Amino acid sequence: MLKDITLGQYYRADSVIHRLDPRTKIVGTLVYMISLFLFNNLICYVFAAVFLTFVVGLSKIPPKFMFRGMRSVLFLLVFTVIYNIFLSTGTVIVKFWVFTITYEGIQQAVCMLIRLFLLIVGSSLMTLTTTPNQLTDGLESLFKPLKIFKVPVHEMAMMMSIALRFIPILMEETDRIMKAQIARGADLENRNIFIRVKSLIPILVPLFVSAFRRAGDLALAMEARCYHGGEGRTRMKAMSFSAGDIVAWVILAGYIFAVVFLGVTFKTFPEFLVLEMKAGLEYLIPTLSAR
Amino acid sequence: MDKFIEIDKIAYDYNRLDEEGNVEGVNRALDGVSIDAKRGEFITILGANGSGKSTLAKHINALLFPAEGTVTVDGNNTADEEKLLEIRQCAGMIFQNPDNQIIGTIVEEDVAFGPENMGVESKEIRERVDESLKAVGMYDYRESSPNKLSGGQKQRVSIAGVLAMHPKCIIMDEPTAMLDPQGRREVIRAARALNDVEGITIILITHYMEEAIYSDRIYVMDAGRVVMEGTPKEIFSKTEELKSHKLTIPQVTAVAVALKEAGLNLPDGILSRKELVAELARLKKE
Repeated sequence: MLKDITLGQYYRADSVIHRLDPRTKIVGTLVYMISLFLFNNLICYVFAAVFLTFVVGLSKIPPKFMFRGMRSVLFLLVFTVIYNIFLSTGTVIVKFWVFTITYEGIQQAVCMLIRLFLLIVGSSLMTLTTTPNQLTDGLESLFKPLKIFKVPVHEMAMMMSIALRFIPILMEETDRIMKAQIARGADLENRNIFIRVKSLIPILVPLFVSAFRRAGDLALAMEARCYHGGEGRTRMKAMSFSAGDIVAWVILAGYIFAVVFLGVTFKTFPEFLVLEMKAGLEYLIPTLSAR
Repeated sequence: MDKFIEIDKIAYDYNRLDEEGNVEGVNRALDGVSIDAKRGEFITILGANGSGKSTLAKHINALLFPAEGTVTVDGNNTADEEKLLEIRQCAGMIFQNPDNQIIGTIVEEDVAFGPENMGVESKEIRERVDESLKAVGMYDYRESSPNKLSGGQKQRVSIAGVLAMHPKCIIMDEPTAMLDPQGRREVIRAARALNDVEGITIILITHYMEEAIYSDRIYVMDAGRVVMEGTPKEIFSKTEELKSHKLTIPQVTAVAVALKEAGLNLPDGILSRKELVAELARLKKE
């Protein structure tokens, strides 16, 4: 269960996307995310989805691998949909018991679902094609201007890359501690949420203790290898924009232009889809409540 | 030959804390320890748990500083703060836990960490990384995630990481303690190869006697002091004395000693299986 999260896990492959400069990928992901929030428009989303499919295709990452990481956020998606459907106000389509389903609610729910889905796939595409070290290098370079304001950019980037490196190790450790506690009779599957939360304490305490010990060891190992902050540090893989990056920037500019164009031209939901949905629900809900 | 590493009568204290964190007393971890190593030597430091051998190791790399005495590495005193990075570059260190010393998320990025810190140029880092990974036989794994490697492979990556800094000496603080026999063999083989081929001084700290038999000299530590010193043959001939320091002798040596006690005419200090077989063959001929 703990091994399912692919977030922050690099998938090794040789693709155009993998070879891009991390800065291109970070800015690209950011632009993509913004593009998803620019318009509440289904056509824009379809376009964004097509674009993402195209990029995922280029990245040579098996879709199966991409979706494995989605399972952990499934709850979030379901929650968002339910929240939006039942708790929006607007033109009422159907009403039963305490629930009202509105035209705006459905529209909002569908939009949020697609939006979140694309958001997660888009950002995990970045972490899957970029090694965490490249990622932090990219971030460090992008945030360099903040150094004027005495922001410890290098230190933060280093912390981030170490955190990413230790996520799988600590996960494994959690798994091991959980098994050890279960073997001693810990009740981790109790139906009562309070008992379950309480039983997390004997898992978290040893986990923290071991994390601190690891941190101490790691600090020592880093020092032993001449680490002394960002000053005078060089890189094995110096970042440089290649021809591929220029192409990527052009495609990205084209994409954002297209999204804005589509968003301005078409207004919100296509009418026929709403009518279709309305008819479906009007049929479905009385049949259900009749039981 | 010049003394490459010279440790002169050093002492080190750990503060003993009570539950509130106040200093309750001091534990003397090292007490008048003197050790030296020549360039290209393979030195093993043996000792039971708590004998102070790890504390000693950290002194050579200037991670700890002696309360008394001096540590000199390649002519530089570790107390000299200006020479700190130079000393750490010159004397690399491998730790016990393979997971807690790999910084990079990709093998080659981890190996590059040391040279990057030293400010080596990108192109040269690349060369050093490839060269070091080849030296420990991990070149094929250069783009793997360290999490997917076995313990022995991780330790070899750590060794490559140190090697890429072009050290003159590598201190290995129980590098095999958390490994299975296969991993242990891999690591020791890598260490011996570096010593033989590249002429790098190795200081191996261990409590596995079998790993000590290849070294040029052995120091035995107990309760913060050096209690024995000599070649493997000399050290492992003194079974009783070793036992008094909570150490045993290698299995093969134990067999040889037992055979000798049973009346066979075997010499003292047989260390490897090969030697024992040769001696037994000789006896058979006679």
